[in-house]
Parts: sequence; C-alpha cells; structure tokens
Amino acid sequence: MKLLLEHAHVEGIRYYDTYRKHGGYRSVEKAFKMTPDEIVEEVKKSGLRGRGGAGFPTGMKWSFLAKPEGVPRHLVCNADESEPGTFKDRYLMEFLPHLLIEGLIVSSFALGSHATYIYIRGEYAWIVDILEQAIAEAKNNGWLGKNILNSGFDCEIYVQRGGGAYICGEETALIESLEGKRGNPRIKPPFPAIQGVWMRPTVVNNVETLAAIVPIINNGGEEYAKIGVGRSTGTKLLSVCGNVKKPGIYEIDMTQSVEEFIFSDEYCGGIANGKRLKACIPGGSSVPILPANLLLKTAKGETRYMNYESLSDGGFATGSMMGSGGFIVMDEEQCVVRHTMTLARFYNHESCGQCSPCREGTGWMYKILKNIEYGKGKLSDIDLLWDIQRKIEGNTICPLGDAAAWPVAAAIRHFRDEFEWHVNNPDEAQNRNFGLAHYADPIHIPAGA
Amino acid sequence: MKFSAEKLNKVKEIIARYPEGKQKSALIPVLHLAQEENGGWLSTEAMDHVAELLSILPIEVYEVATFYTMFNLKPVGKFVFEVCRTGPCMLNGSDNIIEYIKEKLSIREGETTPDGMFTLKPAECLGACGYAPMMQLGKHYREHLTKEKVDAIIDECRRNAANNN
Repeated sequence: MKLLLEHAHVEGIRYYDTYRKHGGYRSVEKAFKMTPDEIVEEVKKSGLRGRGGAGFPTGMKWSFLAKPEGVPRHLVCNADESEPGTFKDRYLMEFLPHLLIEGLIVSSFALGSHATYIYIRGEYAWIVDILEQAIAEAKNNGWLGKNILNSGFDCEIYVQRGGGAYICGEETALIESLEGKRGNPRIKPPFPAIQGVWMRPTVVNNVETLAAIVPIINNGGEEYAKIGVGRSTGTKLLSVCGNVKKPGIYEIDMTQSVEEFIFSDEYCGGIANGKRLKACIPGGSSVPILPANLLLKTAKGETRYMNYESLSDGGFATGSMMGSGGFIVMDEEQCVVRHTMTLARFYNHESCGQCSPCREGTGWMYKILKNIEYGKGKLSDIDLLWDIQRKIEGNTICPLGDAAAWPVAAAIRHFRDEFEWHVNNPDEAQNRNFGLAHYADPIHIPAGA
Repeated sequence: MKFSAEKLNKVKEIIARYPEGKQKSALIPVLHLAQEENGGWLSTEAMDHVAELLSILPIEVYEVATFYTMFNLKPVGKFVFEVCRTGPCMLNGSDNIIEYIKEKLSIREGETTPDGMFTLKPAECLGACGYAPMMQLGKHYREHLTKEKVDAIIDECRRNAANNN
C-alpha cells in the first residue's frame, strides 16, 4: 500500500510536468472547492498522527490554532530531521518535492497561512535548491502567489536553512531559530498555536505529516482511516539503517509484524552478512532499544507489529515506541555499550544548555559511558548512570532531556549484563564484543502471567 | 569582509521573506552566505558586517554563530571532511573511516593539514543513516564510504584545487 511513494520511482517525478501528469496538485483543486474548516474536518477524520515522532493527532493540533482578528497566522514545516536513524523526510524532499509543496498549499489554505516556511536542517544544503526550484515551478503554474486558482487566497512558501542543531527539531526551538535566535526551547504554555513565530498563531508540522495531507484530501479522511490498524491510521515511512541487507526508505500500512518487516525480502531482507539479530531501536535514537526477543514478541509472547500501539506494548519496561520511524538494527557483533556511548555523545553535543539537568547530565552520562567502553568503568558506574538519567527525565523544558535519558535507561534495563561484562573484563572488552548472548532466546513468561 | 553586489541582492531577497521589522529572522541564512564569502569561516569582522546589514547588535550575531555547529569561528581548510560518527554510522564502520583519514592526512580531529587543504571535523548524525558511513563535503554528501572512496575523494579535491589555481 503506497500513498506517498506511489510515484517515487517515476523518472523525472521531481519536476513539475511529470508530477502533474501523474495526478499531482489534484488535492489543491479539490481543497479550494472546500472551506478551510471542511479540510480540517477531513484531517481529523483521517486519524493522521504527527509523523515527526510524538504522534499527536494532526487534525486536533490544527483545531487549536487561534484565529484572532487581524493577526496573521503561519504554517511552518519542520524539515529539521536530525534524530539519529531518521532520513525519511530527506527522501521525500529530495525525490518528491512537489508532494510536499502540494501538501503545504492545501494545509496553508486550511490554516489561513499566507506566508509558509519550510525550516530545513542546514546540512541538507542541496535539498534547499531542489525545494526552491519546485516552489518556483509551482508558482509559475499558478499554484502559489496571488489569488491561487481565482480563490482569492494568496500564499508564498519560503525555505529557511538552519545551522546544524538537533534541538531545532523541537517546535519552539525551531520557532526561535526561525526568528534568528539560538535554538533554546520556549516554556509552554503559551503553545505555538496561540503564540508562535513572531508571537503569531503558528502550526508546526513534520514534512511527512504535510505530505500525507495530499492523499487525505484526494481520497477523503475516511478512506485514509481505513488503512492501518486501530489508531495507527494511514501509511508510515520507515527509514531503516544499521545491519540489514537492504537499508533505506519503506512505506508501510502498519499491519506488518516486526519479524516480517526485518526478514522478508519485500522490506529489509534480513540481517546483513549472514549474521543474527541482536537488538533494534525501532523509532529513532531517542526511543528505547529492545533485545531481539522483546522486539519480535511482546512480553506476553504475542507477535509485535509495526504500529504505534504494538511497538509501545509493555510500556518502557518491555516495549518501545514508533517515534520518527528511524529503525536502527544491530547484528550479533555490535556492542550496545559503544552504541549507547555514541548516542550519549550526540545528546551531550546537542543539548542547548538551557536546563541544568540536561546540560550537565548528558555530559556526565557520556563521560561515564566512555569510561565503561574504554575499560575504566566501575560496577557502581552503572547505578550512577541509572541515577543520572532518572534525574534528567521529566525535569527539563523540552523533551530533549527525556530523549537523552531513555536510550541510556533502556540499554541498562535490557543489557545490564553487557555493561557488567565490560567493567569486569576491561581488557577483553577492548578486543572483542559481548556478542549475542541470550538476547535472542525465547521470552520467559513468568508463571501466572 | 564585504558582500558582493550579487550576494547583497540575495540578502535583500531573504529579508523580504519576513514581516516588516523582523529582519533578524534572516540571520542564519545570511550567516551561511557570509561564511561562503569569507573562505568557509566567520571572522568577527564578518559577523559585525552581518549585524550592520540586519540592523541588530553584534552580540546578537555572536550568540547565534556560537550556538550552531555549521558556523566555523576559526579558519578551516579548503575542503572540510565532516564525517558522521553517531550510532547508525558507527554500526557501519565510521570509526575506521575517521581513523583512516587521520592517518592518511596526518591530522587529528578538528585539525587542518599544514598546506591548508583539508580539515577533519567529526560530525553528529547528518541524516544519511541508511547510506553509512558518510561525510559531508561542501554542499553534498558522500555516502557508503570505504578507504578506497576516501582516497578517491582526496585525489579529487587535490585535482580541483590545482585546476582552480
């Protein structure tokens, strides 16, 4: 089932004429015959949930937008994709730029945004050119600018490059950055829907979310909601990396089991180089890592599926999250301690420094993990790490604190013996990795459970 | 540092994207232009010039330039190798690539070769996890790196530099 990537492999789909020939911009024609409120209703009916990571219902987010008389409103597209393991938005923008532009025009009309901004991570420099070319083509063909399709609605889309800061993917940090400031998240409330960019009501949505508006309007919200399972409606893009045979971007309707997704030839094609599966971070680096056994089956021994509900089954004790769809797979030879150390370094590097639990805590977590990884750790360090992550989680202005704490917590929760082995065998741990151990063993279900 | 006439027009075009009086919003895009114009880094003089163009205080520029990792506050080589080393790249051997570059160019992380040609700047996740290991070189990504590819990239840079002189 492909909604977003249906035409991804058509030659020249990046350019307007080809895109239009394959049904492009039909949703704009349809949307301009509807009222903005009717469009918001369709999005609500679709059950679409934010594709950036938090999974908040998009229609509800849109309905919170304040509409005070005489105050301009803005739609901002969050293209700051920086969560390790996540590279799906890049794919959409690079190969299907018009799909995003089309979604942005419909969404801008629904929200009443006459100046819409795409805030893109600074490193995606070549994609800025691709987007600006697509915007120019759309404008030349009458889909942007003044009085679009004689509707009386004016809209411009601008691309803004960031400066290389993960934190700017957080919506209030993104807004600060768009205003030309450091990316320090704001205290909420007020939420952006009331006071966002330049203190005006603002909606910030992820690239994939806004692209999904196109099939929702074309086919109707109810049709979209029929795809998927339960509250996981529609299709989701997964970006797969790590040790699988076929890393890359996959669009799924969220009915696949995790096992099918990893091992079938239609998707990842199994683990590369004939190795065995050890662990996986299923939704971007911030979400909990799971050992193979808990990844493929829930703690109750049921099959785990690739959707919001099933991936989080068992809470953080035995489950994880769908997150951004950054699917990081580790084979039997990978070291969980080293991988966790690189993530701790990442969060330490990316902490904006505003809240002390995150600023200081991420630094200490990195230092301690580095000691353990390089054979200088103590057993008490493992408890100290646990203690630090507990003190970061929930104690910061924005979710970066949680994002930094969770990977460390989950690594210790599920791979404590690997950390202990590093501490107890410091020399050996420099030369070889812990291996698969028991992580792929069948799950032991306690009696009476 | 002064902007060329062409770049100045670009600055004006960027400022026009924002509401009246909100020209500070142009700061990050204009700093990217200034960095390009100034040989890949931002001198105090360059930042002061940007402040003047946007009618904001120099400190407003410094605090932003020091926050975002893409802005270099010291001179860098003609070619900057920004090699990603975060988890997903690490799983696919980015450590070996970084070691190889260090050995081949005889520099440490963050250093520039004495001829001013190459800088090695380890980077955190650049969003190319499925095509790891990778580096950013100028505007573009170089993906699926191997030692042989690194050799070819270094040769390519040397050829380009020679052709431009």
